[in-house]
Amino acid sequence: MINSYEVFETNKMILEENLDVRTITMGISLLDCADSSLKTTCDNIYAKLTTLAKDLVKTGDDIGREFGVPVVNKRISITPAALVGARCCRKPSDFVRIAKTLDKAAKKVGVNFIGGFSAVVSKGMTKADELLIRSIPEAMAVTDRICSSVNVGSTKTGINMDAVRLMGEIIKATAERTKERDSIGCAKLVVLCNAPDDNPFMAGAFHGVSEADAIINVGVSGPGVVNHVLKTIRGADFETLCETIKKTAFKITRVGQLVAQEASARLGIPFGIIDLSLAPTPAIGDSVADILKEIGLEHPGAPGTTAALALLNDQVKKGGVMASSYVGGLSGAFIPVSEDQGMIDAVNAGALSIEKLEAMTCVCSVGLDMIAIPGDTSAASISGIIADESAIGMINQKTTAVRVIPVAGKKVGDTVEFGGLLGYAPVMAVSRFSCEGMIARKGRIPAPIHSFKN
Amino acid sequence: MKKAIITVVGKDVVGIIAKTSAYLAKNNINILDISQTVVQEYFNMMMIVDISSCRKNFEAFSSGLSDLGSEMGLKIRCQKSEIFEKMHRV
Repeated sequence: MINSYEVFETNKMILEENLDVRTITMGISLLDCADSSLKTTCDNIYAKLTTLAKDLVKTGDDIGREFGVPVVNKRISITPAALVGARCCRKPSDFVRIAKTLDKAAKKVGVNFIGGFSAVVSKGMTKADELLIRSIPEAMAVTDRICSSVNVGSTKTGINMDAVRLMGEIIKATAERTKERDSIGCAKLVVLCNAPDDNPFMAGAFHGVSEADAIINVGVSGPGVVNHVLKTIRGADFETLCETIKKTAFKITRVGQLVAQEASARLGIPFGIIDLSLAPTPAIGDSVADILKEIGLEHPGAPGTTAALALLNDQVKKGGVMASSYVGGLSGAFIPVSEDQGMIDAVNAGALSIEKLEAMTCVCSVGLDMIAIPGDTSAASISGIIADESAIGMINQKTTAVRVIPVAGKKVGDTVEFGGLLGYAPVMAVSRFSCEGMIARKGRIPAPIHSFKN
Repeated sequence: MKKAIITVVGKDVVGIIAKTSAYLAKNNINILDISQTVVQEYFNMMMIVDISSCRKNFEAFSSGLSDLGSEMGLKIRCQKSEIFEKMHRV
């Protein structure tokens, strides 16, 4: 029988420590919507999305009310749009029309984001992939709820440096095209290496071709809960520290598992995976940086940060896999700057640089995330950052990502306001030394050797 | 049986249990277990109830409880029991 201690503990997590289910993301395949006519393709897409996802928001809200745990976001991920539009899109503006259709469908069903305006070009780009990528600046400018991602490399294929070079230019163009809104288009655009097919979190969510027609993926959260429980064991040894994080991750994940199973049953769509990520928000107390501080760092960025993050990430996974049979997506600790008050404080205190963040991405679940950089950063430098992150992902067989915002007209020391879950960010310095010669080279970096590990 | 957990938290006043139980009886809800503590004038109560024969749908029933709580200056929450079972039991 449930006892009152457990009940009050759960409710304290929800009411005081920001425990929530961050997202129910319905993955929908749009492969069967493709047609040689652009209009028919768009009509098919709109019809399929608004039929399959019509009850998604209501179901998420109902579940939230009944179990008393907030289900913050209801979202959709789709088949990479470059595949869906390959037959009918002849120019970038054709892909913009698909983006507008997706945006309209998202607004109709009430989801706050739809991810999958994407291309997977780890080894090479098809004509359609390139058209989609070139349509991104305009697509991000004329839509509100679209998230875009481009996968430029993988451990199996190496890194497509032509795509890396192009993405540097596209990120710059997107920033310029949305400059009147602090270049917000770039906040919804991410470049990945080793992107998973079942990630429920934006901006990198898409519904990979290895997936079923429709699935329910759930992303949990709860950095505030982990932080709070660590306060109760201050100064304890590493065994106690790890054990405590593991147990907490277990509890958080079980809530996600329950919500995922309920959503799956009520919507009649199979359950895919739980993503075990600790995803911070700008809300006070809902911060991954605060956990690192509780482990014993003055600020993230201090020596020891990479070790503390590695430990945290690993324990979250160990606790989470016990709680759910199907774990997937990104699963780990996110370290975005703008969405985490503790990270913002660390940057403002001068403790955290892009270079240290890069080191941290070797052991976190994703990569350089939501980092505002000066608007005059060159496209080649952005490509260099993408290449570095992709190399970390490729060699270490993990997902890495770059979501940087070269904010038009802003320089180091300025602050950028994105609003809502995207938060605000201090503009961070990028190395002033050039990598243009390397980025100008054509071709790809070969896949790494899988032996002689050192 | 469909179980739900009702929690009441707030400053102790006369009639908390009486009013809550009356609301439950009116809605055909059976109380399976009840426990309470008062710490420094703060009232903490947990009830396990059977909602399978509830006269209202869950949303209406639980918002009625929450309104009753507001009248007494208390926070009353009603949640389906699975969230607690899942979180605390392997």
